[in-house]
Amino acid sequence: MRFVDEFREPELITRTADEIRRLADPMRHYRFMEVCGGHTHSIYRFGLKDLLPSNIELVHGPGCPVCVLPMGRIDDGLSIAEQPNVMFTAFGDMMRVPGTHGSPLEYKARGMDVRIIYSPSDALKLARNNPEKHVMFFAIGFETTAPSTALTLMRARAEGVRNFSVFCNHVTIIPAIRAILDSPDMRIDAFIGPGHVSTVIGCRPYAWIASHEDKPIVIAGFEPLDILQSIVMLLRQLNANERRVENQYKRAVPWEGNRAALKAMAEVFELRPYFEWRGLGFISQSALRIRESYGEWDTERRFSVPGVRVTDPKAAQCGEVLKGVLKPAQCKLFGKECTPEHPVGALMVSSEGSCAAYYNYEHRKTAALTSVFPLPASLGA
Amino acid sequence: MTTAAPKIRFRDPQVEMAHGAGGKASRRLIDGLFAPILFGSAPAPLGDAAHININGTCVAMTTDSFVVRPLRFPGGSIGELAVNGTVNDLAVSGARAQALVVSYVLEAGLPTEILEAEVRSMAAAAATAGVVIAGGDTKVVEHGKADQMYITTSGIGRLIPGLSISPAAVRRGDKILLSGPIGDHGITILLARGELDLEADLRSDTRSVLPLVEALADAVGAGVHWMRDPTRGGVATSLNELAHDCGLGIMLSEDRIPIRDEVRGACELLGLDPLHIANEGQFLAVVAAEQAEAALDALRETPGGEEAALIGEVGEQPAGAVLVTTLYGGSRIVDMLVGDPLPRIC
Repeated sequence: MRFVDEFREPELITRTADEIRRLADPMRHYRFMEVCGGHTHSIYRFGLKDLLPSNIELVHGPGCPVCVLPMGRIDDGLSIAEQPNVMFTAFGDMMRVPGTHGSPLEYKARGMDVRIIYSPSDALKLARNNPEKHVMFFAIGFETTAPSTALTLMRARAEGVRNFSVFCNHVTIIPAIRAILDSPDMRIDAFIGPGHVSTVIGCRPYAWIASHEDKPIVIAGFEPLDILQSIVMLLRQLNANERRVENQYKRAVPWEGNRAALKAMAEVFELRPYFEWRGLGFISQSALRIRESYGEWDTERRFSVPGVRVTDPKAAQCGEVLKGVLKPAQCKLFGKECTPEHPVGALMVSSEGSCAAYYNYEHRKTAALTSVFPLPASLGA
Repeated sequence: MTTAAPKIRFRDPQVEMAHGAGGKASRRLIDGLFAPILFGSAPAPLGDAAHININGTCVAMTTDSFVVRPLRFPGGSIGELAVNGTVNDLAVSGARAQALVVSYVLEAGLPTEILEAEVRSMAAAAATAGVVIAGGDTKVVEHGKADQMYITTSGIGRLIPGLSISPAAVRRGDKILLSGPIGDHGITILLARGELDLEADLRSDTRSVLPLVEALADAVGAGVHWMRDPTRGGVATSLNELAHDCGLGIMLSEDRIPIRDEVRGACELLGLDPLHIANEGQFLAVVAAEQAEAALDALRETPGGEEAALIGEVGEQPAGAVLVTTLYGGSRIVDMLVGDPLPRIC
């Protein structure tokens, strides 16, 4: 498969792993945060930790859109979808995220019209084909997915499709990184920067991380070789005492970003004054809402949204895991009450969530098995 | 003496699609609700068919329902699946299908043309598989209460001499064989629904695997320790069940698992693991190490088995789990399917 196999080539991977071992100072402990959940997934899926020396620690960052969404927003979205003649559409990874009264899939099993879509334009198509229904798209994601939502809204307006709206939960990556860096219990040496987000925003918005926070950052792709190469680049910077933004993912990320995508976003969205992030709390100017000129397609303006706030279960330590303070397995609920099948927190739901990735691909490699079919304690034998 | 009431451990408040997906939720439903009530206790490891002793003659018996949408897809249709699925469940339990009975649940309004096409498909598949359709039943439900048609087939089979299939027979060092490329069926169905703007030149792999199973039995007989057709939940789920049932670890070499580029590509795009995707014409066999090569040769020499591969082996660790290793030395655990990425594929 082109553009994939080249970046999984065993000999190159082995050579790059050797280079990492050569560059890493054995007297030093390195903590690199991969911001993006896609990287977390790749690291576990390809077993990359097996290739790294033990003094390089990868810390999983907040770049998993499903994971940072507070439960209240899910409840809000589902409450609208419960109204008669509403069709709820969302990406597949939203479908098992628990709200207070169940996940979208559980609502579907109870008879609500819930559809999985692969692109916001599919939701618009459903609206055109089902004129008797109101089709609501539960939009999530960073700048990666926001442009396609924006383009879909522009098309809905141009075509005058009135039975369509977007429940906008788009967030922006830079304030999240800033929140991580401001967190007092956080020690990170350098960042593996998000690849997909950067295809849209480019590399410039990260400059402050190098200049003001004194940390190297390398924007990286998602294949094994991409991630290993970005670690080589970070080590070279640290060894040379440099602090720069570098772009490893040049085949997809232009330095200036994607102007057309940014323009579409600016046309449709504006910054919210503040937005709640799961685990990180309220962060100012960290999320997008739909501009008044597109108000007719804004679920929050068309329907009355309850504005539910739900605190996470006390025992769940999603926030600490999300910030990289705790490893997934250090959470008290991990693998017990909280499993991919019965997730308590969203980090266990999305394949990009660090808990799900760790649970699916890693933890049984090392930890002794309690049971192959872990049941929530409440169901325990 | 009183018998303790069976303990019902299944506490999910309602049935979800995942309970029918063949993965973890299905297993919990079976182990937690069906088995304690129907079998009175925790069942022995669940095979693809029950072996029943009738006056000293052992026969294999199984049943399977088909609810696939759409009814027809490249490479097959619900009628073919209904025959091949049951023939294959018998085959991988070490039995040659002798007769099937079939039940139809039809939705009022189903065009006769569609029904006739499926009945003909079943007849053709039965002839190819060498099995008789000996009887059946038909029910019709109101329009809107079923999706066109559902088919259930039940089959009875005669045990293939010399084969003895059981997770308990699996030993450390045994080799794991796979009859051909994985994921064709699941991805074909996904694309056939036309909900994704994706096209690929792919066909369902639905077929009877009996000729391949018989070739294996002829070549190595009791050297075959375990077989399974990795349908819903895919290879990962079947091998996790084996690991669970035999308490040993399964180690797979990722680069040895045959997967077509089209399937890999679709999985990459959609974020699916090919090891979780359903197959309808492949099977897994665990074979004694010293006979693995002969077994592989026998499969490859049988028409339809040319792409068979040795994909891994059984070890002590990771006990009860499946580990996939890459060429460059990375490794990952592959769990059973959780949830249901592709509902109603068979």
